[in-house]
Amino acid sequence: MSGMRRGGVFVAILILLSLPQSAVAATLSGANTSWILTSTALVLFMTLPGLALFYGGLVRAQNVLSVLMHCFAIACLASVLWVVGVYSLAFSDGGAANQWIGGLGKAFLSGVGVNALIGDIPESVFFMFQMTFAIITPALIVGAYPERMKFSAVLLISGLWLVIVYAPVCHWSWGGGWLGGMGVMDFAGGLVVHATAGVSAIVIVKCLGSRRGFPNELRPPHSPGMVMTGAAMLWVGWFGFNAGSALAANGGAGMAMLVTHLSAAAASLTWMTIEWIKFGKPSLVGIVTGMVAGLATITPASGFVGPVGGLVYGVLAGGVCYAMVNLIKHRLAIDDSLDVFAVHGVGGILGILLVAFFAVPSMGGLGLAEGMTVAKQFGVQVLGVGATVVWTAIWTVIIVKLVELLVGLRVSVEAETEGLDLSEHGERGYHI
Amino acid sequence: MKLVMAIIKPFKLEDVRAALGAIGVEGLTVSEVRGYGRQKGQTEIYRGAEYAVSFVPKVKLEIAVDDGLVDQVVEAIRETANTGKIGDGKIFVYELGAVVRIRTGETGSEAL
Repeated sequence: MSGMRRGGVFVAILILLSLPQSAVAATLSGANTSWILTSTALVLFMTLPGLALFYGGLVRAQNVLSVLMHCFAIACLASVLWVVGVYSLAFSDGGAANQWIGGLGKAFLSGVGVNALIGDIPESVFFMFQMTFAIITPALIVGAYPERMKFSAVLLISGLWLVIVYAPVCHWSWGGGWLGGMGVMDFAGGLVVHATAGVSAIVIVKCLGSRRGFPNELRPPHSPGMVMTGAAMLWVGWFGFNAGSALAANGGAGMAMLVTHLSAAAASLTWMTIEWIKFGKPSLVGIVTGMVAGLATITPASGFVGPVGGLVYGVLAGGVCYAMVNLIKHRLAIDDSLDVFAVHGVGGILGILLVAFFAVPSMGGLGLAEGMTVAKQFGVQVLGVGATVVWTAIWTVIIVKLVELLVGLRVSVEAETEGLDLSEHGERGYHI
Repeated sequence: MKLVMAIIKPFKLEDVRAALGAIGVEGLTVSEVRGYGRQKGQTEIYRGAEYAVSFVPKVKLEIAVDDGLVDQVVEAIRETANTGKIGDGKIFVYELGAVVRIRTGETGSEAL
């Protein structure tokens, strides 16, 4: 139970801190620590190189390096910001403002010694594990604006976004804030990761505009094979993302891995089948997009539902996200270029809302918290979605407008036509 | 001497090469090219979106032959590259002004 589990860990720490030193009995679990060390590596692997390749293959050949560069540079930037203060804002005690935001007491990890524990794992490991989430979330948004955004704007937006959007929303659900206190169920980041990334994607695109030639004169994805390679790495890495969010090497982690895998498989088959029926051909880009939808959707529920829930999540994720791509990209003609909102945003929100129904034992789930009813839990989930969406949308608009004033958002028409690899980075992906 | 230039479907290349070898063609040059004719490109579908691909991949053959062999070469290409479907390609025949073998300096038919 990450939302609860991570929040629970936090409460436990507070209680421990308030007791006399002699009463601090927490001891390190080697088993749990080794699994979270492993999960940390898996989740970093999702961004570097999984997501980078997944996105890189979907763009024109003249922009492949720029997308790889976005993911890589964001990983570096988020890591530095994480230690400077974002970790502290997300996970430390915020004093009087703790319902809303953490404090700066752990900026630069001050006072956190090598033996400090969070629950029964070292705080250094907890810090690193959570950092990989803070890396992938702004990197997911890259999919909204490739092939046209200035590199300086990419860095500025990502950095500001991490501080202003990610840190508080993460604190609300996982760091001891108000949503976690109300019992919101977000195991591994339906709200914190996928809803924030998806909503910001749409907002940024509305401010930035479409790619030149959208929707009728675009080039198709330049390397579906690269897309599949990256997607497969995402799938494997997601085991760390979801099963690692148990923060323990136990049955909960095992079940989280199991339902994660089932949802990915079922969503892939669903998307493939829809394309097969509709267009006569099941495509590789289609099946792996279904996979990402299935993984994003099960993410918030992965510690709460059972195997049947995992399968149902997958089927719903494939169908709903497919329909949303159609709605956003084709009907509303919004150039969220690599479908970040339709796949991640919608998937994450769908997963959050369905938890209330599929976590109950009669649906094969692991049960709601004591005193919770389905209706009450659903209310909390809706509130969580509403608050996350509103906060994310408003602050993303402000950040984007500010960055537009500072450095501008778009490259020139000439640079966009030539491709960002040469115009922004002075390199070429393919010398042919 | 003539230069036969043919645009064909890529998957037919091996068949055409074998047929040309069988009638005594000693060498040919192949390039991967893109283009369109009356078929006007094709469409590809990704995530439900149709992309118009105006230039379709083709293979270009260039074969220099003696006048006596031209009709056989053209016929061999036409027969083996033919699928009966749109997009099979075209054959062009040019007059060839001169040929020189670089290694020996031979010219004309000797150099073919």
